[in-house]
Amino acid sequence: MTNGSFDVVVVGGGVIGAFIARELTKFQLSVCVLEAREDVGMGASGANSGIVHGGFDPVPGSLKARFNVEGCQMMRKVTSDLDVPFEMIGSMVVAHNMEEKEILKKLLKQGKENGVKGLQLLDSWELGGLEPSLGPNLKSALLSSESGVVCPHELTQGAMENAIHNGAVLYLSSPVTSIEREEDKTFVVHAGEHHLQARTVVNAAGIYADKLYEMAVECAVGDEIIEAHQQSFRIVPRSGEYMLLDKSEGMTVCHVVFRIPGEMSKGIIVTPTVDGNLLLGPSLNPRQDREDTSTTIPGMDQVCEGARRLVPEINLPAVIKAYTGLRATTDRADHDFIVGRTPVKGFYNAAGIESPGLTSSPAIGLYLAELIAADLEAKLNPNFDPKRKHLRFRDLSFEDQQELVAKDPSYGRIVCRCETITEGEVRDAIRRPCGARSVDGVKRRTRTGMGRCQGGFCSSHVVNILAEELGIDPAEVVQSTPGSYILTEKTKMKEAEQDV
Amino acid sequence: MFELKERYDLVVVGGGPAGLAVAVQAYDRGIKDILIVERKEKLGGILGQCIHTGFGVQIFGEELSGPEYAENFVDMVKERNISVVCGATVLSINQDQSIVITGSKCGVRRIGCGALVLSMGCRERSRGAINVPGTRPSGVFTAGLAQRYINLEGYKMGKDVVILGSGDIGLIMARRLALEGINVRMVCEIESFTNGLTRNIVQCLEDFNIPLRLSHTVTMIHGKERLTGVTVAKVDENKKPIPGTEELVECDTLLLSVGLIPENELTRRAGIRIDPVTGGPVVNEHMQTSLPWVFACGNVVHVHDLVDYVTMESCRAGDAAANYIYKQLPRFREEIPTCSAGEVRYVVPQVITAGDDAEGDLTLYFRVKKPVTNAVIEVSCGDWVFYRGKKLKMIPGEMEQVLIKAELRDTFDAIYQENINKGKMKIDQGGLLVIKKDSQRKGAAKTELTVSVYPEEK
Repeated sequence: MTNGSFDVVVVGGGVIGAFIARELTKFQLSVCVLEAREDVGMGASGANSGIVHGGFDPVPGSLKARFNVEGCQMMRKVTSDLDVPFEMIGSMVVAHNMEEKEILKKLLKQGKENGVKGLQLLDSWELGGLEPSLGPNLKSALLSSESGVVCPHELTQGAMENAIHNGAVLYLSSPVTSIEREEDKTFVVHAGEHHLQARTVVNAAGIYADKLYEMAVECAVGDEIIEAHQQSFRIVPRSGEYMLLDKSEGMTVCHVVFRIPGEMSKGIIVTPTVDGNLLLGPSLNPRQDREDTSTTIPGMDQVCEGARRLVPEINLPAVIKAYTGLRATTDRADHDFIVGRTPVKGFYNAAGIESPGLTSSPAIGLYLAELIAADLEAKLNPNFDPKRKHLRFRDLSFEDQQELVAKDPSYGRIVCRCETITEGEVRDAIRRPCGARSVDGVKRRTRTGMGRCQGGFCSSHVVNILAEELGIDPAEVVQSTPGSYILTEKTKMKEAEQDV
Repeated sequence: MFELKERYDLVVVGGGPAGLAVAVQAYDRGIKDILIVERKEKLGGILGQCIHTGFGVQIFGEELSGPEYAENFVDMVKERNISVVCGATVLSINQDQSIVITGSKCGVRRIGCGALVLSMGCRERSRGAINVPGTRPSGVFTAGLAQRYINLEGYKMGKDVVILGSGDIGLIMARRLALEGINVRMVCEIESFTNGLTRNIVQCLEDFNIPLRLSHTVTMIHGKERLTGVTVAKVDENKKPIPGTEELVECDTLLLSVGLIPENELTRRAGIRIDPVTGGPVVNEHMQTSLPWVFACGNVVHVHDLVDYVTMESCRAGDAAANYIYKQLPRFREEIPTCSAGEVRYVVPQVITAGDDAEGDLTLYFRVKKPVTNAVIEVSCGDWVFYRGKKLKMIPGEMEQVLIKAELRDTFDAIYQENINKGKMKIDQGGLLVIKKDSQRKGAAKTELTVSVYPEEK
């Protein structure tokens, strides 16, 4: 049990919570992040398109427009500081007929109004040269050259690791159950075994952000009460299903390719990932259960159909994985982000963060951190170190690889052959700040098992390394969540061997 | 450990049955300067975890277990003092006839090679490849991974198991799990026939009373943390689930035995031509790839049914690599493609040598798409048939072969040329078994050597 006291408690260890925490450590503030799940980035942060959007899509004047454009502009610096894979490959919205071409012109105008740079309308002949697999019947496309793709897992981990490196505290497996307020308006946040005093609380609870806000409303006092209730909102989860294709298909397109956006989403996209796979999705369907991330036949059919409309010859048999993310959409008419102060003094929202949330995350983090620092009159932290390093064997030159393995032989042993991940990297992923504690945790940090064999070869090695590093029996190693055991018991043979 | 040299006459990638046979064969042909690169800590490849018997009837004349079969070859490698580096992975094949390897003991090294043989084997298709919807709990394993856990790591992975796919690994794992006291609920097979060897159906399922559900597949995966069950449904002739036939089967483990794919990440990166049907490199009858100094054999080329055939194919590759090093194998030559028609799924080799370099008997290996009874097998080029044979029953699970006699090859060559030159050349049949076809079959191309299988017309 801990009874710590913090200037800021951030609830939610997704990409939004991680960036808020990281930006807060730029100030002389004590920061704690509470995450309900057993790892960071387990919600929508880990199951999305991995796209850095330009920002022509959100309605001008909305928070989405503002944070999208700012986030996109920050992305190069942030990913370079945090050593996160990011490729500015550009995106395209394509028009299949003349009506759609008119919409592109509106999007261009809207993008300029939002302050998006690098927008350009392409003619059909220019398009054919850039993206031959899109088929011959396209009329036009809107190119956004500052868009790109980023690894969403690493962006979350990078920000969180950097926050911890700069003094933030992270408690995992700590769902917030209630919030109280003391006489002096200090919050007491109860989360499992933790009971933390906090001058301010930030709501970055993703799909549960409405529930957390309700807890804050419950402890509103005096003048706060009416307005706090008025600003209540509900999260209405909507699922987005994705299909990931083998790296052999990664060159099918070389931009992020969209159709004309619909009212509720940007539709099915086809995009290379930053790791060289091809990603299709997301579908769009309401979902009742906030924990239900299953894939469905109608959802996958939607994805296939949408992808085929963009790339008629798409090689669907090359799918290696399908997964579902849940968008934390609010019930408000504009579906805009809810970011900033709330009527409950000291309680801040970063709620309703659906697409373009990943792109916006550094900007939302910066905005809230500056706001909170001003409210708490905090000074800058002179010791803030913006850098985080992640060693990737396969990205090194021959000479650097030689040097590394000579120094630490565990970097010479390949564990995951599909993605060329070494034992040294797996051990590092477990030993890092907020390190991996499960097979999926290792996977999200290193990409072991993300390749075409989907862990067929490497998972037994990863299980053994985890067991060794964590000092537990292989049968105690889990896939992801606490109940997701992999092995049950020793075979008779193994028991006999050990008895001897 | 011995010091690695900067160059070897022959480098073999993979120390499984294919790689070991290549090295032994090349050594016996006089190539002494050989290095085998193996990524595991031990030689023998996947055979090490195949503790059941049934290996070696063709090669050793007796039924051996996987480790025994491997050990025989490991002994031969040791007797010959062939260099081996274990725990080392090949990172790249380079145009300057070198490879880069990495290992915890050997470090990162560039090694030159006179010839290179790829024998990396294959991998299993995963859940993503068959796209089963549902949740993503733990408890879904490929059959080979489960086999590794039980036979090598000494751990069981569940109590109640459903197996999807009746390939040989699935069948063998059904028996292995039953022997370990694990309840195998059923084996589902989406096809209306099984892909496994008949002996495995009898010895692994029937002897253990494990039900085999043909034309059934898993349509949904349930469970949040650990698998709690799967939905099993009957499928129609297009392999689509039939509504109303769904049944929830409670289980904590799903094993997938849904096919093997040659492992050619490295091959692709080297720019070597890949056959989209087999998933392996395109090879000629010498097991030579589109990169002349690179050869390939075993499951990396196409998935074999018996390891004995892997050994035989690898001996040919070993011979050819030796010939290449001795400069007895021409570097540039004319090639004729082979192709499949009728019920034939693929043919290996995908190209054969033409012109003056064509010599010796030619064996064509192929598999059928679906079971065929009273099958007619034909090898033809345009209107000309070089081989016609019959077989009572052919199944996709078993590899078939036809032999084209050496004396036929010249004729074939001439016909090939004629077809190309549109009938300008006269063909001397010379009493050989070349017969003119009665009617033109669909799909039999004029400038390719076509292997076709049709049900006999009554």
